[in-house]
Amino acid sequence: MVPLSYYLVLSGVLFACGVTGFLIKRNIITIFMSIELMLNGVNLSFVAFAAHWHALSGQIFVFFVMVVAAAEAAVGLAIIIAVYRTRETLNVDQVNLLKL
Amino acid sequence: MNLTTFIIVSVIKTVIALFVLLTAVAYSVWLERKVVGHIQNRWGPTRVGPFGLLQPLADGAKFLFKEDLIPPHVYKPLYIAAPMLAVMFALTSISVIPIGNVVTIGNIKTPLQITDVNIGLLIVLGITSLGVYGVALAGWSSNSKYSLLGGLRASAQMVSYEISLGLSLVGVLILAGSFSLRAIVDAQAGTFWGFIPRWNIFQGQIIAFFIYLTAAYAETNRVPFDLPEAETELVAGYHTEYSAMKFAMFFMAEYANMITVACLASLLFLGGWHGPLFGPPLLQAILPVFWFGLRVFMFLFIYIWVRGTLPRFRYDQLMAFGWKFLLPMAIANLVITALIVAIRS
Amino acid sequence: MLHLVLFLIFGAICVAGAVNLLVQRHPINSALSLVAVMASLAVEYLLLGAEFVAAVQVIVYAGAIMVLFVFVIMLLNAGEEARTGGSRVAILFGIPGMLAGSLLVAWVLITHSGTQEVSAGALPGPPREIANLLFHDFLLPFEVTSVLVLIAIMGAVVLAARPESIEQQKREG
Repeated sequence: MVPLSYYLVLSGVLFACGVTGFLIKRNIITIFMSIELMLNGVNLSFVAFAAHWHALSGQIFVFFVMVVAAAEAAVGLAIIIAVYRTRETLNVDQVNLLKL
Repeated sequence: MNLTTFIIVSVIKTVIALFVLLTAVAYSVWLERKVVGHIQNRWGPTRVGPFGLLQPLADGAKFLFKEDLIPPHVYKPLYIAAPMLAVMFALTSISVIPIGNVVTIGNIKTPLQITDVNIGLLIVLGITSLGVYGVALAGWSSNSKYSLLGGLRASAQMVSYEISLGLSLVGVLILAGSFSLRAIVDAQAGTFWGFIPRWNIFQGQIIAFFIYLTAAYAETNRVPFDLPEAETELVAGYHTEYSAMKFAMFFMAEYANMITVACLASLLFLGGWHGPLFGPPLLQAILPVFWFGLRVFMFLFIYIWVRGTLPRFRYDQLMAFGWKFLLPMAIANLVITALIVAIRS
Repeated sequence: MLHLVLFLIFGAICVAGAVNLLVQRHPINSALSLVAVMASLAVEYLLLGAEFVAAVQVIVYAGAIMVLFVFVIMLLNAGEEARTGGSRVAILFGIPGMLAGSLLVAWVLITHSGTQEVSAGALPGPPREIANLLFHDFLLPFEVTSVLVLIAIMGAVVLAARPESIEQQKREG
């Protein structure tokens, strides 16, 4: 038996790690991965609440989050490739001009 | 069944399954060399033992005693981890594959598989989808252009063909109404009109069967889709920089994946272990395993036959075939199957 | 008891992976630690009984999305991250502040939320039930996400295609 709050704490820690990574990392790919980490943290709390309230719709939400994450990864990585092609860098600090 | 018996039975089954799988891997290498040899008008291995039957042992000993080179320019942690990942995922996926009926020995009743879970097929798909990491990381960490190209090709190819592979299985799932491999096989028991077996391939899944087979060849990086290790252009692809036991691990992973794919094909489309049963009770207990083994052997033979016969695709042809032909076919098959099931119910 | 032990083991792997993602400077190491996080999250889902979600987590997240990340890292041959000097205020106040904040939240959640315990496999999520919900009650959101995915595919193709190849296709008509 594990209290629901343990799952919520774990989910919160993952989300916090994601936020921290988003703020401190300089590599654009790692920043994207931090976003995925945040989404994963949220998913865990969805599933934990679904188990707590005995409502399957919490698990359905996870699927929608996954679809959004997949779409985001596809578009985001395409943007990264396009940026790399013109700037030849992955450092977000050096991508600071609106035009070439 | 109490906990102690359960643990003992599970350990015994795991050991047996691993032993059988590794032996099958070793002898499918022998079979491949022999059959391809005969297709090309050669003899294949003949020197070690009768018909070269001890050749796998000799190969294994050679791999073990070779010097384990680590090139200076590689990224070491991943270079060492990659073959282990590959072989680990390849061997794990066998754990949910059933090879026969439930048997009773003494007063212990146990299914002939390591564990029967109700999402068995999803577990196999999940583990095989993780298998791509071994190949991709090997290609990247070797820090050589041939390896990198091989790894890139492999990961793109495996991700693309996984979609067709998964979609081709959905038709079978709709017919069986379960993710459990045992339930899927049980749904194929019996016959139509007394002589055609109720295998999924005869229940209108024949297109799905061929889609599955093609996609599975691409998933396991075999001819005609063996671009990741195309020796005429990429030396050896992602395992160019590997030697000794690490190379052998990739080899084992490839053949273990072939066997898993062959097992899945027989379970999902050809009725698993169903076949005529006759004779005394002991024979009746063994026959299902034999029928299952026969089907798996047939698929392995077709694998080798194809390797000895077909040329390799070009890379753009491979991608175009996967996305523009195989995927629409799989979706069409899914829609038609769903329609038929909906009308029938 | 077993439930708690498993939760703690895989929770520890999750947190270790997440922290490793922050510490590692090479993107491929970060990506692999994220895969470890996702795999152990799948085990947590199994503990909660959500077997289908766990399988999809492994197949979609670890097997497809993260492969895409690794693929891009390989394709761009991304190297080590450049060190940039962060502001001193952030280090002095940010890290203790964040630790204090998260400890506070954790303390409030554990002691004052008044939630009951969740037993292992509390809410089984069999594929049949999930499909019923997804294709009956949530049909409209489901269809809308399919449009979203379609738009994302087209966007990815347009963004990643080389400008020259688009020009060439225009000329060819």
